[in-house]
Amino acid sequence: MLEIKNLHARIGEKEILRGVNLVVPDGEIHAIMGPNGAGKSTLSYVLSGRDGYEVTEGEAIYDGQNILDLAPEDRAAAGIFLAFQYPVELPGVGNANFLRTALNAIRRKRGEEELDAVAFLKQARAAVKSLHMKEDFLKRNVNVGFSGGEKKRNEMLQMALLQPGLAILDETDSGLDIDALKIVADGVNALRGPKFSALVITHYQRLLDHIVPDVVHVLSAGRIVRSGPKELALELEAHGYAGLEAA
Amino acid sequence: MSTTDMQALAEQKYKYGFTTDIEMEAFPRGLNEDIIRMISAKKDEPDWMLQWRLKAYAAWLQMEEPNWAKLHHPPIDYQDLYYYAAPAKAQPKSLDEVDPELLKTYEKLGIPLHERAALAGVAVDAVFDSVSVATTFRETLSKAGVIFCPISEAVREHPELVREYLGSVVPVRDNYFAALNSAVFSDGSFVYIPKGVRCPMELSTYFRINAKNTGQFERTLIIADEAASVSYLEGCTAPMRDENQLHAAVVELVALDEAKIKYSTVQNWYPGDAEGKGGIYNFVTKRGACRGRNSKISWTQVETGSAITWKYPSCILQGDGSVGEFYSVAVTNNYQQADTGTKMIHLGKNTTSTIISKGISAGHSNNTYRGLVKISATASGARNFTQCDSLLIGDQCGAHTVPYIENRSISAKVEHEATTSKIAEDQLFYCRSRGLSQEDAVGLIVNGFCKDVLKELPMEFAVEAQKLLSVSLEGSVG
Repeated sequence: MLEIKNLHARIGEKEILRGVNLVVPDGEIHAIMGPNGAGKSTLSYVLSGRDGYEVTEGEAIYDGQNILDLAPEDRAAAGIFLAFQYPVELPGVGNANFLRTALNAIRRKRGEEELDAVAFLKQARAAVKSLHMKEDFLKRNVNVGFSGGEKKRNEMLQMALLQPGLAILDETDSGLDIDALKIVADGVNALRGPKFSALVITHYQRLLDHIVPDVVHVLSAGRIVRSGPKELALELEAHGYAGLEAA
Repeated sequence: MSTTDMQALAEQKYKYGFTTDIEMEAFPRGLNEDIIRMISAKKDEPDWMLQWRLKAYAAWLQMEEPNWAKLHHPPIDYQDLYYYAAPAKAQPKSLDEVDPELLKTYEKLGIPLHERAALAGVAVDAVFDSVSVATTFRETLSKAGVIFCPISEAVREHPELVREYLGSVVPVRDNYFAALNSAVFSDGSFVYIPKGVRCPMELSTYFRINAKNTGQFERTLIIADEAASVSYLEGCTAPMRDENQLHAAVVELVALDEAKIKYSTVQNWYPGDAEGKGGIYNFVTKRGACRGRNSKISWTQVETGSAITWKYPSCILQGDGSVGEFYSVAVTNNYQQADTGTKMIHLGKNTTSTIISKGISAGHSNNTYRGLVKISATASGARNFTQCDSLLIGDQCGAHTVPYIENRSISAKVEHEATTSKIAEDQLFYCRSRGLSQEDAVGLIVNGFCKDVLKELPMEFAVEAQKLLSVSLEGSVG
């Protein structure tokens, strides 16, 4: 379970998050919607530990520990996965090598045995197949020369292999056509279960047709201003975010 | 991280820094004709060799240290060095007679000298300070007609080959450090691959500096006769000391018609400490002559050590259709300085050369690529492709690229590409958010950056080189 309490964070002098309160129980998928500049991406970066964001108040408890004290790699080992809005290119680094290094780093931290190349490839090939990707995905360099859709699929492949307990999808749907959108949704839906929860950050309602959330939250000016069932997303689509700040 | 972990990490930084406690014999400090005569006498050399040395010494006295490289160091006092140091015990005749202390040293360095324990398929010549202490697999090689022995032995046993080729690629007066080496070189490796023979094993020389205040001046000569081929690798390490030590080597390669020589270096001399104290001054002249048509010489180097590196492995492409290659990774951290690159001299028709250079600078270090592509009027149809990439880690280091291109042939084609980049914060964060530690992330990104060069290394050493890159850059970020 993720429990965010009165989270305040800033970049430089500018306060972006101004007291976020949010609970995501295990097994649930929560959507976070909101206008541009509301602090959606900041929330995902603060939760995953990117440099440059200063937490001034509050905490984020995941599985009993305050993850805000942990290095990004330790948050990954604790089971948190951030699917990037703009996945980063790593020239010369093979995708399979990257995935195996990441998976084994996490396994090591968890006290599990590392996977050898053969065992890893078996898992990776199965994941590639289940996501309807070509096998040459594993041979290419991480995100180099990938189309926007391929990059997002690659995020889903990483998520499938790393098996996180909490996935944060930061506008993973931006710039995707409907087919790619479905692949992202399939990736998340495949992991659904009592031990998996997700925070789906999106600007548009359309992703939520495919990943049906248990709860929808509206983030505006650094606070959660409304929460409700999945129908809230439809309402926002129809009426926009105007007037929510006052709510 | 616990204190012991931190300590382990710090110690891991240069794991070859130990010294071997062994009885040594050294000549008095300083350089003069008498010292040269003593070295020559010690090696039981014929008179022609002594005369060659003395001629080089006379030339050296007239020369001045070059100062065009982007390197800064206090003046070297050439009279304060020892020019010869060697284990005191008599030269062993077989591996069984090698001092166990030396065997242990090489064991610790990961180079077991007993053939049953040795890396399969790699023959090793082990050079300790001024002398070769062991050469493995000599019998296997001699069955194929390959000569692989200490150069001091070649001077005595194969004078006709040594006299013909020594100094034929790097003349005695070529430069200050080459002249010095020619006067005082004490050991190194000699390789001759006869006509049509493909050398059945990787050949390798492992250079170890151990004695204090001693310069190492090794000399390597490799000759590949017509249609012969060989792959050769050298490795280098030295103890951690506060004083700088001089290493001035000369390597000459000769490839005749259709011959191929692949020369790989993993240079890991002690680089000095985090404050820039100590470390090896590495002034090296390496050059290969593609004398025959369709011959090929390929240099691959991974340079991570030394306080100062001054080194330009080059190719003279004389034979028509000959090929020169230079693949280089140079890493500098802390206060290291590297000025390295290559010269490709195109003389023959349809000669081609490829230069791939990857420079990585971290800490307060400076890393310069300096290269010359020269195409003479006779080299019609010559082609060159050069790619120089620099990667910066942190904002206190420098990367410099100094390419020289001289073209006198209208039909030649010369391409040059260069990039400079920094390890981006978003790349590091991306890796870390997937569970990689900061250090693993840097290692992964750097190895990706160097991939085009690392893939040229012989398999057995590529993995070692990858690890070395990560270790050399430890603590460089954050």
